[in-house]
Amino acid sequence: MSPAVAVDIGLQLAVEQLLARYAHCLDDDRLEEWPEFFADAARYRITTAENLERNLPLSIVHADSRAMLRDRVSALRHANIYEAQRYRHLVSATLVERIDAAMVRAVSNFAVVRIMHTGESMLFASGRYLDRIRLAGERGEPQFEERIVVLDSRQVDTLLAIPL
Amino acid sequence: MNVPPETRAWPAEGLTRVPYWIYQDEDIYRREQELIFRGATWTFLGLEAELPGPGDWKTTFVGDMPVVVARDANGALHAFENRCAHRGALLCLKSRGNSKEIACIYHNWTYDLAGNLTAVAFRRGIRGKGGMPADAEPESQAPCKLRLATYHGLVFGTLSAKTPPIEAYLGPEIAARVRRVMKAPVRILGGYSQMLPNNWKLYLDNVKDTYHASLLHLFFTTFRINRLSQDGGVIVGGDGGNHVSFTLRGTGTRGEEYEQAGVRSARDGYRLEAPELLEAVDELGDGITLQILAVFPGFVLQQISNCLAVRQVIPKGVGRTELVWTCFGYADDDDAMTARRLRQANLIGPAGFISMEDGAATGFVQRGVAGAPDRSSVVEMGGREVGSDPSRVNETSVRGFWQAYRRHMGL
Repeated sequence: MSPAVAVDIGLQLAVEQLLARYAHCLDDDRLEEWPEFFADAARYRITTAENLERNLPLSIVHADSRAMLRDRVSALRHANIYEAQRYRHLVSATLVERIDAAMVRAVSNFAVVRIMHTGESMLFASGRYLDRIRLAGERGEPQFEERIVVLDSRQVDTLLAIPL
Repeated sequence: MNVPPETRAWPAEGLTRVPYWIYQDEDIYRREQELIFRGATWTFLGLEAELPGPGDWKTTFVGDMPVVVARDANGALHAFENRCAHRGALLCLKSRGNSKEIACIYHNWTYDLAGNLTAVAFRRGIRGKGGMPADAEPESQAPCKLRLATYHGLVFGTLSAKTPPIEAYLGPEIAARVRRVMKAPVRILGGYSQMLPNNWKLYLDNVKDTYHASLLHLFFTTFRINRLSQDGGVIVGGDGGNHVSFTLRGTGTRGEEYEQAGVRSARDGYRLEAPELLEAVDELGDGITLQILAVFPGFVLQQISNCLAVRQVIPKGVGRTELVWTCFGYADDDDAMTARRLRQANLIGPAGFISMEDGAATGFVQRGVAGAPDRSSVVEMGGREVGSDPSRVNETSVRGFWQAYRRHMGL
């Protein structure tokens, strides 16, 4: 059997659909829907490749639960001060590996362009998503049990308000 | 931009005014490199815990100057310019490594971990041909060596023979507050950099400005981590350039002053769904929930509840600054304490519920003053002097920074 045939196309598409819906949710500024991509006890982290390689546990964003993600959204909406900005996520090169009947592991690449209200656009971030996904989550749809966002660079320009 | 020197006079008001050309002028930037960063100041280079073993080295900066900090085979720390004596190439290209010696990649000139040139490839040529003249002195262009001072796990370097010993430079009150946090061997938890779109001094203005904390940072205020009406204070030390500000746990009023003043950050309806983010223990046993300490020119030591970090302010040109964050705990932390520190780290860094706004605010100043080099900021909260004060509705430590700055710069 050739490797191409071995790919479970349905599974691949289900994961890529999840990644695409996630990217559009953030890029469309539907931040209130963002925590719903995660299981109740999900882990979400943004860290750097350098921290990961050096086995250092520090994150730029660290959440142990969906409640912490909702707190981040309400802080962004009601507490924190930052200039109006949008992201454009480009997600690609997704590899999917089945853990068991219920769970898969996925790795994908991302690039995020940040568009400021002034019109200034820049390549804001690039990196990898390291995901653990439950195929039939709370509403029967795939849901993240864990999403680790690994930034290629240790430098972040100005601030990172909107999640990646 | 370049501001004509004849218009570069400090405003007559003195310490209560900071002229905006100071954040914009290329010539000022060059003079800062010479008179401050390569002058009689201590630059923070890192934590000793970053270089635990023989042969460990890291690269960093003293102002614009790239430097290597290394631990030799005998365990002694050294720091030297990251520049080959030969043609000036960087000696160490990576941010950190471990080796017995350091060889320049360009022509394989070799150095020991103290920065001494130990071998010049083909110095005597090959089979009597080529090589350097017998009286050549490539050592005359050797990388500069820094004088080092370690203080309770912090490593500082200076290029000037005139810089006072580190403890005298810190001043007794600031030194005591350094020891308070650096009380035991530390363990590095990780790091990252925040690239700030502004002159390096605007970040120091921000760190030293205790007045903004509860007004800009709503997250702080709402959860009563810091209210100006809570007890605390500001201590200015050294020659004005060093300071510590601190807040005591829960001793304040309910913050009615904020509601009465109608300030934006007083909205109290906001609650966390996951308050474990802020779950903290009084591990230092003195009830101080927040201590921000800065040492001239560009070092910050931070204790925000149990979130401990050092920040290194590295200028990257007139309008750009790298803020290098390194988070740490103590070597004997248990898992619960490490988890607590990692959760609380959500408060700091580029995505920090508190710190994200500092990167934005300092950039707003750089942009706001673009057309006003001849105008000045007003630094009059808490009076016109430099001194310690129990109130944090105060800009005394900002004035202290500029007092030290002007002395170094002869302005």
